[in-house]
Amino acid sequence: MELNHTNRQINVTRNSLFEQGYLDEQFTQLEDLQDDVNPNFVEEIVTLFFADSMRLIHNAETALENYPLDFCKLDDYMHQFMGSSSSIGAKKVKNECTQFQECCKVRNADGCTRAFQRVKQEHATLKRKLQTYFQV
Amino acid sequence: MMPTSSGGGSWKPTGAGADGGVPDQFPAGLRVLVVDDDSTCLMILEKMLRHCKYEVTKCNRAEVALSYLRENKNGFDVVISDVHMPDMDGFKLLEHIGLEMDLPVIMMSVDDSKSVVMKGVTHGACDYLIKPVQIEALRNIWQHVVRKRRNEWKELDQSASADEQKQPEEPDYSSSANEGHNWKSTKRRKDEDDEVDERDESSSLKKPRVVWSVELHQQFVAAVNQLGIDKAVPKKILELMNVPGLTRENVASHLQKYRLYLRRLSGSQHPGGMNTSFMGGPDPGFGSMSSLNGLDLQALAASGQLGQLPPQSLATLQAAALGRAGNSKSTISMPVMDQRNIFSFENPKSRYPEVQSQQLTNNNGGKQMNLLPGIPTNMEPKQFVSLHQSGQHSLPGMNNLVLIQMGGQSQIHIQGQGQTQAPAQSRQPVMSNEMLTRGGVVDMAPTTVYNPVVSVSQPSPLVNFSMNQKTDSRGGSYPLGGNLGIPNLPTTSSALQGDVKLETKVSRKGVVPSYDIFNDLIQNREWGLQDVGLTFDQSHNTIQGGLDASNPMLLQHNRSSGRDLGGQNCNLTSGKVVLSQGFDSRTHHNGSNVGSHVGQHRNTYVKTENDMLYSEQYGQDDLLAAVLKHQQHQQQEGVGQSDNEFVFDGYALDDLPV
Repeated sequence: MELNHTNRQINVTRNSLFEQGYLDEQFTQLEDLQDDVNPNFVEEIVTLFFADSMRLIHNAETALENYPLDFCKLDDYMHQFMGSSSSIGAKKVKNECTQFQECCKVRNADGCTRAFQRVKQEHATLKRKLQTYFQV
Repeated sequence: MMPTSSGGGSWKPTGAGADGGVPDQFPAGLRVLVVDDDSTCLMILEKMLRHCKYEVTKCNRAEVALSYLRENKNGFDVVISDVHMPDMDGFKLLEHIGLEMDLPVIMMSVDDSKSVVMKGVTHGACDYLIKPVQIEALRNIWQHVVRKRRNEWKELDQSASADEQKQPEEPDYSSSANEGHNWKSTKRRKDEDDEVDERDESSSLKKPRVVWSVELHQQFVAAVNQLGIDKAVPKKILELMNVPGLTRENVASHLQKYRLYLRRLSGSQHPGGMNTSFMGGPDPGFGSMSSLNGLDLQALAASGQLGQLPPQSLATLQAAALGRAGNSKSTISMPVMDQRNIFSFENPKSRYPEVQSQQLTNNNGGKQMNLLPGIPTNMEPKQFVSLHQSGQHSLPGMNNLVLIQMGGQSQIHIQGQGQTQAPAQSRQPVMSNEMLTRGGVVDMAPTTVYNPVVSVSQPSPLVNFSMNQKTDSRGGSYPLGGNLGIPNLPTTSSALQGDVKLETKVSRKGVVPSYDIFNDLIQNREWGLQDVGLTFDQSHNTIQGGLDASNPMLLQHNRSSGRDLGGQNCNLTSGKVVLSQGFDSRTHHNGSNVGSHVGQHRNTYVKTENDMLYSEQYGQDDLLAAVLKHQQHQQQEGVGQSDNEFVFDGYALDDLPV
């Protein structure tokens, strides 16, 4: 089929997301799962992801405000976050989560806070980009 | 979400033969249950699995998943679960499933550290996937289902051949043993549907075996409750039950097991709670039994108090054992089952000792529980029955030695017998279930228990072992002389039976086979029991005679399960005689022969002795005492080692108080 302008645009956007490391092959897997039964599968999953992750971020933020930091809990939140972000192929977000977990392991409170900020940031960026992507 | 698995049909490769046949659409239609607290992952997995043409049911809570599984015994073929979940640890869920349903469980997590993966292995997971999970990884999960079934069949076959009897003739209880030929049958003990095949096979059974189906067990429990547990005597129970063809002996042995189970429930409060939650919660004790049993025996042996082991102490021991086991809970469940299994094996008649049937009945009234993971559920009921039957010998206690290690898989499916059972009965059937289920978990902490106690409820089965089939061995080898002096197992033989948790390492999941544990146990401690088995006195002889057939069977079975049992004498496999070899060696207390059965023998060993010694009530206790005593004499012999030493005289496992 010929790609019309829209499709091409989609591809460009998509490719850039991959090239920039925001998404990885897991995202491709999701795309492969999309079919006639669920034509908007990827979008649905991504939406679900962001809804869930907002909650996790919120919980983590609250936990980060309680001193002394409960590293176990934080690690738990991040673990969950990592699980879902890796499932959708959110590469950068996942990497930041790993960083965060490293800080938790060594009980580096400052490191955790900083890492968390980065997680949040990547998360927000990805959300924006994907929203744009889906709108196309 | 409601399980979407298609009705009762179990997923079976249509047209598949015993192994090999692959259904046309295989593996399509595989019924998968996915458990993950992360909704995103859950959705993705569901979609991927659907793409693989599997039937998917998803749930985000472990408890919910368990209830799905329990309500729908044969509703699923495989379970995929996340490791980190807020309401229940994935490994715990894994254990539960292993014990209760004996389904293959695949763990998954973002965490790929070796320790966690190892944990999956030790807890019996059949695979471990790293997130993000790709569809390719899911496509092949059917192999785990097939593999498990094959193993079950193998076990069945092995035990069957050893025993030569297949399931009891009773049609409704078709034991799963016959399943070997039918994927379905092993698959889940489904109810009668799959039993047809089994039934055929069972017809080859020589002696009629009473299969304690779920229904039958429920009737039993009802009768017991009506009479009051203290006043429930086999004769009265039999009358109340009013089941044609059921003999007083059947009831007696079943009662013993049940008592043990109850004792376990009340006495051993396992830490961990697995017990309780196990089986749907009703029978916590169950699980612990097994672990305890094994440990108890050891403890008993160690303490050398054979004769006087007061029930409490046994219970304590068991508790200790349980504790040691770590997950005693899980392990325990097996004991019961195991015992049964062993027992059943021993008895040509009943593969699965009554215990199983009980459990089955208990569980859900409807289907038998998969008491023996390894053993097709169908078998179970029958097994039990047979066991009882074989118990004709005077050793009532032995009945429960179900050592049935069943290939390590003591499928203790019995899940939650208690659950289904009316609250009042919660305890009852659960016993078996727990044992069974527990068995599943097997992972059974090495420490635990492989309760050697395989309390073989039926004296006969166990007896064989000790008997070595040779009369001479009997006479000479058993120093025990009649009463093993086994400490009074708390429940007095009867109790033991039920409780003895054959902790046959139900490693169904691929975890260390129960035998191993048993071996370990034995090895570590000069398990007096072992000697016990051998030492049977002449008095035992009489009793033992009956068991011959059964025991070897049992042992074999265990062996086939592939557990490590020591491999020593695989005499068992040869069927009855197997024991004899071991036996002889045993007399010296050489565990070498017995070794192979190690795990099993021990149990059986213990039991038989018990049975032999006491008629019904003492079985376990005495046996235990005897064993212990004997052990003292024979310490040097090398009991410790291999199971061999454990002359498989009779597992008193069942009776081992937990």
